[in-house]
Amino acid sequence: MLDLSKYQSIGEALKDSLEEFANEVCLIEADREREKERLTFRDFKERAHPLAKALQESGFSAGDRASIIMTNQSKWLITAYAIFFSGGVLVPLDYKLTPEEHWQLLKHSGASVLVTEYPIWRQLSAAEGRAIAANVRTVLVTEAPANADLAGARRWEEFCGESEPVFAPRERKDTACIVYSSGTGGRPKGCMMTHENYLEQCVALTSLYPFWPGVRYLSILPTNHAIDFMVGFFGPFTCGATVVHLRTLRPEYVREAFPKYKITYVSLVPLVLKNLQKGLQARFDGLPAGKRRIFDALVAINKALTKTRPRPWISSRLLKQVHEAFGGELRTIIVGGAFTEPQTLQFFYDLGIPVANGYGLTEAGTAITVNDLKPFRADTVGRPLPGMEVRIVNPAADGVGEVSVRSKTVMAGYLNDPELTAEVIVGGWLMTGDLGRFDEAGHLQLSGRKKNMIVTEEGKNIYPEDIEAAFESLPVKEFCVFAANYIWPKRSMVGEKLVLALHPEQGQQFNDQLRQDINTRNNRLLNYKRIHGVILLDEDFPRTASLKIKRNVLAERLAKLDSEAAILPL
Amino acid sequence: MRTLEQTTQEVLSLAAQHFQLAAGTLAPEDDFFKKLGIDSLQTLEMLSRIENHFGIELPDYEVQGVSDFKTLAERIQSRL
Repeated sequence: MLDLSKYQSIGEALKDSLEEFANEVCLIEADREREKERLTFRDFKERAHPLAKALQESGFSAGDRASIIMTNQSKWLITAYAIFFSGGVLVPLDYKLTPEEHWQLLKHSGASVLVTEYPIWRQLSAAEGRAIAANVRTVLVTEAPANADLAGARRWEEFCGESEPVFAPRERKDTACIVYSSGTGGRPKGCMMTHENYLEQCVALTSLYPFWPGVRYLSILPTNHAIDFMVGFFGPFTCGATVVHLRTLRPEYVREAFPKYKITYVSLVPLVLKNLQKGLQARFDGLPAGKRRIFDALVAINKALTKTRPRPWISSRLLKQVHEAFGGELRTIIVGGAFTEPQTLQFFYDLGIPVANGYGLTEAGTAITVNDLKPFRADTVGRPLPGMEVRIVNPAADGVGEVSVRSKTVMAGYLNDPELTAEVIVGGWLMTGDLGRFDEAGHLQLSGRKKNMIVTEEGKNIYPEDIEAAFESLPVKEFCVFAANYIWPKRSMVGEKLVLALHPEQGQQFNDQLRQDINTRNNRLLNYKRIHGVILLDEDFPRTASLKIKRNVLAERLAKLDSEAAILPL
Repeated sequence: MRTLEQTTQEVLSLAAQHFQLAAGTLAPEDDFFKKLGIDSLQTLEMLSRIENHFGIELPDYEVQGVSDFKTLAERIQSRL
């Protein structure tokens, strides 16, 4: 691994990686059963440098911002490297957002360059929102058909400079990426992550979960997500390891990829991990009685032998068939993005497949705590990573309070929003809005949320303010969206739901027509953003002098209602 | 060559079989996340079955944001 303490920027470290590990394979890209390409670090450089040169010739220079909206693939990483090499600031956006949401964030980020795939560009270029983001001057589109209407964009494949590009140095304190943790509909939260944030986080994470040439990481989580950016790009690249991309995420192809590419690490969201568990459990349940007894006995032996620490060599021999289904080389499944239920973590550990469960948020730079497996604990999110100071603010009698963090990995602030930045970074400490306590062993146990938001099992952060636009002009006196847990706090991180608080007009009933209207609007939202039910309140919502709803005061009023009876189903 | 209506009916029938529902339970306008109570992964599994039936490949990006059978059938039809 490179000694990252010597580097000032992501671009500088990656540049040296391409030289240091020139002959190693850095990327494998597959589409279903077909391997599309396999690149060494040398090939990667040969692809990225002409792109960097063309960007520079188009006027892109140090400090300029460029956005990527792409599914996971080689071109994502090649483009990101060309941006960093040129001193640019990367704005990675979630390809699953709607075109209108993309344009809003492109405008907010001030990106002058957009790199995207043709099917996404087809929708983006047709969307009305395009007009608001005049700052986007250059659009590069990948894999466009020969006769495609590019709507003002240029082909990524043909955007090549001929001579060598000039490397643009950056300093540790400079912004490397603007990562949106939320805010697609309301107040955009663009986390300004510095080069130092990434360099420090990479050192901390790889000290627990090392990469080296020959390690293969399966990249499934979107690369715009902090976890995949770190363990599916920057981490493996600075250690000479290989990243495997799949162009389809159908479960059967994901399953095949493990043995085919001898995967060492993979990161998953809890939803996918639970799905894997379900599939394995069904196979175990289908075993004939005799085989099942032998299997259960082997699992029991493995549990006893791995009580204090993982013993991969023993586990892979005891439970050979299970491990072979995962390729036989899988060291750890990294799970993140949302809370994972302890029984799922325990299920995999008992099979000899450790799951690195942790806790983090974009604002803190990927991960704050990670389970170090010394010993494995399914009931916690682990201990703070090296370099992380974590404290519990205003703890109650049971030790539970708000988790706050101080570290070199904490973001510089929210883009163009000093007010919001001052709310979350107080005296150098990042206030996470999550509630938890430390146990005697120094493990963090999360127990709920203080903030008005939910996180889905797919790892999506949903802020109620962001989806209120979908209910604009609803024929009622006023409305407001809440996370049910924010109104009725409960000590849980799963099963979180959104509710719509309604104040009807005088004499107005919650009838079928109104219900239908709400349902129609709700169905236009992506499935994980939909509201779960309605709460009726027959009084004016409390408002500030500027007529904004006082959400905390309204939540207190709603809290007096019985949650079971108050939420009307849709 | 199938008509869009035939494709839609075949999609509905395949989805009903996949989730073990009685034929005729599903309608073209149904939102499959809501009607079937499924998540994005279960949707991908259903799509694999549909692909095998029609002998086509539907790239993930083609079905991104699609949540009703009618739109899904249209995307399939364009690839037949």
